[in-house]
Amino acid sequence: MIAAFLTFILMLSIFLGFELINKVPATLHTPLMSGANAISGITLVGAVSLAGTGQQDLANWLGAGAVALATINVVGGYLVTDRMLAMFKKKGS
Amino acid sequence: MDNLIQFAYVVSAALFILGLKKLGSPATARRGNMISAIGMLVAVVAALLDQGIVEYQWIVAGILVGGAVGVAAARLVKMTSMPEMVALFNGFGGMASLLVGWAALSGGASTFTLVTIVLSILIGGMTFTGSLIAYGKLSETIGSGAVLFPGQQVVNSLIVAGIVGSAVMFCIEPSNHLWLYIVVALSLWFGIMAVIPIGGADMPVVISLLNSYSGLAACAAGFAVNNNILIVAGSLVGASGIILTQIMCKAMNRSLSNVLFSGFGSGKVETAKVEGEIKPISAEDAFYVLEAASSVAIVPGYGMAVAQAQHVVKELMEELEKNGAEVNFGIHPVAGRMPGHMNVLLAEADVPYDQLLEMDDINPRMETIDVCIVIGANDVVNPAAREVESSPIYGMPVINVDKARTVFVLKRSMASGFAGIENPLFYKDNTRMLFGDAKESISGLVREFGD
Repeated sequence: MIAAFLTFILMLSIFLGFELINKVPATLHTPLMSGANAISGITLVGAVSLAGTGQQDLANWLGAGAVALATINVVGGYLVTDRMLAMFKKKGS
Repeated sequence: MDNLIQFAYVVSAALFILGLKKLGSPATARRGNMISAIGMLVAVVAALLDQGIVEYQWIVAGILVGGAVGVAAARLVKMTSMPEMVALFNGFGGMASLLVGWAALSGGASTFTLVTIVLSILIGGMTFTGSLIAYGKLSETIGSGAVLFPGQQVVNSLIVAGIVGSAVMFCIEPSNHLWLYIVVALSLWFGIMAVIPIGGADMPVVISLLNSYSGLAACAAGFAVNNNILIVAGSLVGASGIILTQIMCKAMNRSLSNVLFSGFGSGKVETAKVEGEIKPISAEDAFYVLEAASSVAIVPGYGMAVAQAQHVVKELMEELEKNGAEVNFGIHPVAGRMPGHMNVLLAEADVPYDQLLEMDDINPRMETIDVCIVIGANDVVNPAAREVESSPIYGMPVINVDKARTVFVLKRSMASGFAGIENPLFYKDNTRMLFGDAKESISGLVREFGD
């Protein structure tokens, strides 16, 4: 049952993703890509619960590593996207 | 508490969707990115409230280390190095998903969960090493050319077969960790093998595809740890990456499989001898033509990025506008090494984005343009794509610079472009070649205007 429910969510999100991105102008392709890339760091959410189990086992270490890597992805991704977008200006502004 | 966390995830998903929507227009994009970042913050704070978490020191350590590296990298990276930076971030996201999938293994898992664990390891692993290779090619720390060797397809097929076999064995016998290690190792290897046969100018496709993979890896990890927000956010990223990939392939008139497997641009291509002669022009003569022009189009390519010429290009644009000319830029979708590469560089140089025209907008008005200046672009302006049926790039949509009254081509030497194809543009009657480093040549033109 859970499998079907999660797959249902997957299906809806994929269609939503296509609709959202379809009309993005070429000018914004790079920021879009790096902004989406930052979102893919959402793995961080899965990683924190694994890194905090308190058991000094392999899963704990893997989780801690995942937290660090996903944080680089999230923090770096959002900041670099913001840096790029701050440069985009309209004529006369 | 658990309910509260789940509702926080709903809020965060809504913020991601809203943020991505606002990323679709230059006027709202920056706010969109901010909204999406807030969505991420909400999700992470909610995740930290999870009652399964009994100690925080490793989480805090991971976030501090990752945060510091992320801030430093984002601050220090030069705009010209953006493609490799994006590739690298992508790779870290993939590796994180691999680790999450692996860590989710402890405890009795159902077959469905085991399958999703394998998927997150597989996709995450390929994304990681694939992105590292892409990073190496983009930063030129390894050669940017396509690497091909005899029997490559056979080796790749064997790796895939090995991955499938060991993945199945892992799902049947999860207690035997040997299978898991084989899946991890083969996935990492496969990422390398998948990206090495792809040459430099096809990188826009590879980056978009890896971007998509990193989302799908997060999505698979979401299934592995039973978390909705990972699935929603991951599949949004997966879908956006696939769309970009499609746009890039269409802009090259090639199928995805052709880009991924053909090793395009690695061999010497046989083409018909081009008639006509090369006509070089001096900066001074070029200046006289530009001074008389009332409409100018500038078409940049990867060469502009290499020469870091975007700032002098902007100076030239200002001089031309002061002189009364209308100046626009024509941007090919695959110009440069990532989607939208030229736009970012020109934005850095303060060129307003409404003067950056897409190929389909500039082509219809090419006939009315007095001078078209091609800066470090080659294949994307090659008229052979329209005229020479035997050409490997025949059918690829190009910017029709040869239809302008005069074309200046700024070029270092007569070497052919990435595709290894002769460019008949250089031999046309209305084409003049301005040889030399793009930055120097343009500075020369700007100086002429100053005198």
